Amino acid sequence: MAIDTLPHANEVIGTIVPRIDGPLKTTGTARYAVDHDFPGLVHAVAVQSTIGKGRIRSLDTSAAEAAPGVLLVLHHGNLHGVYRLFPHVQEGTISEARPPFDDDKIYYWGQYIALVVAETLEQARAGAAAIRVEYDAETPDVRTDLGEGFTGQRESSWLRGDPDKALASAPVVIDETYSTPLETHNPMEMHGTVAVWQGNHATLYECSQGVVNHRMVMAQVLGIPVENVRVVSRFIGSGFGGKLFPWPQSTLAAVAARQLNRPVKLSVDRRMMFTGVGHRPRTQQRIRLGATPDGKLTAIRHDFYTETSINDDFVEHCGEQTPFLYSCPNLEVTTALVRRNVGAPAPMRGPGAVPGLFALESAMDELAIKLNMDPLELRIKNDAQRDEGTNKPFSSRHLKECYLTGAEKMGWKQRTPQVGSMKRDGKVIGWGLAGASWAAARIPCTATAELTPNGRVAIRCATQDIGTGTYTIFAQVMQARTGVPMDRIDVFLGDTSLPEGPTSGGSMTTSAVLPAATSAINQAIDRLIRIATLASGSPFKGAKPDSLALTAGRVHSKGQPAESGVAFEDLIRMANLSGVTGEGKTNPSWEDPKAREYSLHSFGAHFAEVEWEPEIARIRVSRIFSIFDCGRIINKGAGANQILGAAVMGVGMALFEETVHDARTGQPINGSFADYLVTTCADLPDLDVTFLDYPDYIVNEYGARGIGEIGMAGVAPAITSAVYHATGVRVRDLPVRIEDLLQSKILEA
Amino acid sequence: MQTFQYVKASGIEKALASGGSGKFIAGGTTLVDLMKLSVESPSALVDINPLPLNKIERLPNGGLRIGAMVRNSDLAWNVDVQKSYAVLSQALLSGASPQLRNMATTGGNLMQRTRCAYFREPSAGTPGGYGCNKRIPGTGCAAMDGFNRMHAVLGTSDHCIATHPSDMCVAMAALEAVIHVEGPKGKRTIAFEEFHKLPGDTPQIENALEPGELITHVDLPKPVEGARSVYVKLRDRASYEFALASSAVVLRVEGGHIRYARVALGGVGTKPWRSHEAEHALTGKPADAHTFRTAAEAALAQAKPRQDNGFKVELAKRCIVRSLKLATA
Ligand SMILES: Cc1cc2nc3c(=O)[nH]c(=O)nc-3n(C[C@H](O)[C@H](O)[C@H](O)COP(=O)(O)OP(=O)(O)OC[C@H]3O[C@@H](n4cnc5c(N)ncnc54)[C@H](O)[C@@H]3O)c2cc1C
Ligand code: SF4
Repeated sequence: MAIDTLPHANEVIGTIVPRIDGPLKTTGTARYAVDHDFPGLVHAVAVQSTIGKGRIRSLDTSAAEAAPGVLLVLHHGNLHGVYRLFPHVQEGTISEARPPFDDDKIYYWGQYIALVVAETLEQARAGAAAIRVEYDAETPDVRTDLGEGFTGQRESSWLRGDPDKALASAPVVIDETYSTPLETHNPMEMHGTVAVWQGNHATLYECSQGVVNHRMVMAQVLGIPVENVRVVSRFIGSGFGGKLFPWPQSTLAAVAARQLNRPVKLSVDRRMMFTGVGHRPRTQQRIRLGATPDGKLTAIRHDFYTETSINDDFVEHCGEQTPFLYSCPNLEVTTALVRRNVGAPAPMRGPGAVPGLFALESAMDELAIKLNMDPLELRIKNDAQRDEGTNKPFSSRHLKECYLTGAEKMGWKQRTPQVGSMKRDGKVIGWGLAGASWAAARIPCTATAELTPNGRVAIRCATQDIGTGTYTIFAQVMQARTGVPMDRIDVFLGDTSLPEGPTSGGSMTTSAVLPAATSAINQAIDRLIRIATLASGSPFKGAKPDSLALTAGRVHSKGQPAESGVAFEDLIRMANLSGVTGEGKTNPSWEDPKAREYSLHSFGAHFAEVEWEPEIARIRVSRIFSIFDCGRIINKGAGANQILGAAVMGVGMALFEETVHDARTGQPINGSFADYLVTTCADLPDLDVTFLDYPDYIVNEYGARGIGEIGMAGVAPAITSAVYHATGVRVRDLPVRIEDLLQSKILEA
Repeated sequence: MQTFQYVKASGIEKALASGGSGKFIAGGTTLVDLMKLSVESPSALVDINPLPLNKIERLPNGGLRIGAMVRNSDLAWNVDVQKSYAVLSQALLSGASPQLRNMATTGGNLMQRTRCAYFREPSAGTPGGYGCNKRIPGTGCAAMDGFNRMHAVLGTSDHCIATHPSDMCVAMAALEAVIHVEGPKGKRTIAFEEFHKLPGDTPQIENALEPGELITHVDLPKPVEGARSVYVKLRDRASYEFALASSAVVLRVEGGHIRYARVALGGVGTKPWRSHEAEHALTGKPADAHTFRTAAEAALAQAKPRQDNGFKVELAKRCIVRSLKLATA
């Protein structure tokens, strides 16, 4: 396989490689979007609506316009030169399709209604505070019961067999509804844009998970040719999906900068993070399972509601894993899209799978209890050998081994099923498990590699590193192929002036960039070798190119040690070259006839332990074992980091996170870092990650699939199953709250 | 945020002279936050950080004097406090985060304001904004029928149900601290229980300080001989979070019977909640589970929950029982 053609693969592929951008970040030298500053830069502050539905009756900007330092006030009455983009029809993906300030209507609390630009940030803030708005307010619809008043259509998918008939005759049935709340992305780095125009060319400094898409969208929104837009996102303080597609602040900064002909900076603050920059939508999922008394699934129905905004059709695909996780002859998934007065949702780590598997895996746990069967045994009994949804073989599926490995690590054999029956150190303990899955694919990518006369290797690609380690992956490939050490490798990402690369989403970046990076450096090396056989003064002049190789940074005759050869930079200088470049490309898996024959997915399992102190109604997650089958892991350090971070987020999903809207105004009422609870270090259990590390060569020549999102799937149901085991309280509406736990009948440890 | 004057107080007289025209700023962890949210907009800030009020001293009567500018971390890690007033150290360390505790002061903590989300809304109390009687008397109370999961169940009124958020104050209530203040009219002392006010129909009045008065120090009485003290705080997550319910107890048990009991609650009251009812139920009774539960029931007998905070009643009871158990273990 390809990895064998990389002479230095053993040194850097599949090992722990520290991030090459680590020192830049830890020393504060890495510049994030709003760290950019330019002569003449001015500051913009957005004004948000304080109603959740209605219209602006009047907007008085006179005081703001007269305020010291204020240069420009934009609103629906005076904004020009912003164009609409029709998602799914035109190229590019935008988060909120309604252009900012499109009209006087308010669709959600916190919608931008005006923008104030001033010489200083403080002046812009004061100007924003001086704007007087009157509204015709209506009561917003932020009802949390998504079924209430639903009159729309359900969309059916994955129908096979006759699930209703099978349910009607099933000896054992589970029929329960599960809900997951609206959750807000809270990356450390908040959204922001610095927009700089030169003539009819715009440069946007962004924190974008997809610079290429961002450029495509902004060119259409601003009405300028795509080649006139440059988007730069060199460092991103994480995104979790919230930064995949452009938000209105980018448009507003660009328009204001164009109008003033000065660089404009617009930052979204933590409060604003809860309104106009996406969230994981609320879901409400009814699961019906039918089974034989010995635990063979006969039917699965997964009927869910997913919430979206008034104007955007964002679907949280909760049923994506349902058709293939288990073997089951009768199955249907139906989707209902419910509109509420909230901002546009966005993908959040493991969209669809994370809430969907919370429901499905919780129901499986409930079924196991009803059957009086070990939940592990139930999983294994119904393990699918083939993707019964698409009727294709899996490219590589080792879910059963994930379960068995996890059971071994946890000591699952010692589990006693009875609620509250396991105790340790004066606490009740509970054990739960759940499975996880996530799609794999190879998405297109291009890259350029360069060997330079000063002995460095450069690789360029307009993808971006959102904190996951993409810089390092590129460098690993360069070192694996050339033997040049990390400190002589330069990786350039996050800039649309580089060769087009993929959006960092769907856990597909690594599998996309590996082939492109490899073919780029291979081409550069082939060219160098050819030149070595042609250039006068080259010791290899006249040799056959096939007789030469490049290892340890030196060109040499095959069969001879690298030391016998010549350093590549010496050859480049000898031939008087400015450098030697090569272009590489990744072809998408959907154009690959072989890959199309397979179902491409990663799998995994979490085993969670909770400790329950009934006396004070306190639950703590004490251990999580995560066993994952994600193909070959290219960087074991960054890879484990992804699963660990996802497990931490999963703990937050299970126990803490929920954005609460005031029913009267539609305002997210806990929209701050003090009130919206995320996991703290003190909440962390012992985390233990295992990768099975089976390469999947159908996905790419390295056998690598993605790992960014799957780690979050399955955490919450593993925890709530453990909570049930310890307390007897089944939490079907996340998060688990003290209110729920106080219902426990297990009062003594 | 509005513009404001800034005065550095070089001495107490200077502070008092400027105090009337503005607000004292100590650690700033409450005040700056509220200024950013437009909840507070003082015309002047009088910086009291230079004042010589940052010492912790033993008093001749065996008590402890804590300067108003003593930082929460310094107080928590003080050896005398850890040894003789463990409940105070535990309460402080359960609050906020290390960074905040390094800035937060004793005086500022006494004066910290509620975390009621409606109170903290920039527009609360203004036309079109949420009603908030604490911000602007007579505008109503948005929390009453809003999201009130964090709100109080004890000491509430029809005008305000905001929780007093402090942990330190709960311990001080159980320790019967005395607050020393100095103002334009001279010096005076205020018993801890008299310091914080119930909302009643004037929720905007939160404490007994007169305009311009400065807290100079807090005195703790001599430690109760033979007593043990404990702070238990229950909350949604393990750290960096305000209490849903907390309990500070000082207890002396002799021959299996409780001879001295002080109980104060946090997270459930509109002020740091000294529970005489619980103390009464404990004093003279055997130190056993039955007594503890009876005391807990007594403490919460008057609780008035709203829509989302009913669970606090049972949670507070369990919190009390746990703290009593620990203090007698
Ligand atoms: C995110 C966050 C989490 C927190 N979590 C907790 C928690 O879990 N538990 C907890 O107990 N607290 C918590 N706190 C609150 C924190 O304890 C208080 O903010 C702090 O104690 C206030 O002290 P300060 O010195 O910073 O006060 P400042 O902000 O400086 O002042 C607060 C008020 O006190 C007045 N003041 C200050 N000193 C004096 C004086 N000597 N005389 C008269 N008036 C004075 C000021 O004028 C102002 O009105 C948290 C705060 C934040 C921001
Ligand atoms: S509870 Fe008190 S502080 Fe909160 S809104 Fe009501 S009056 Fe204001």
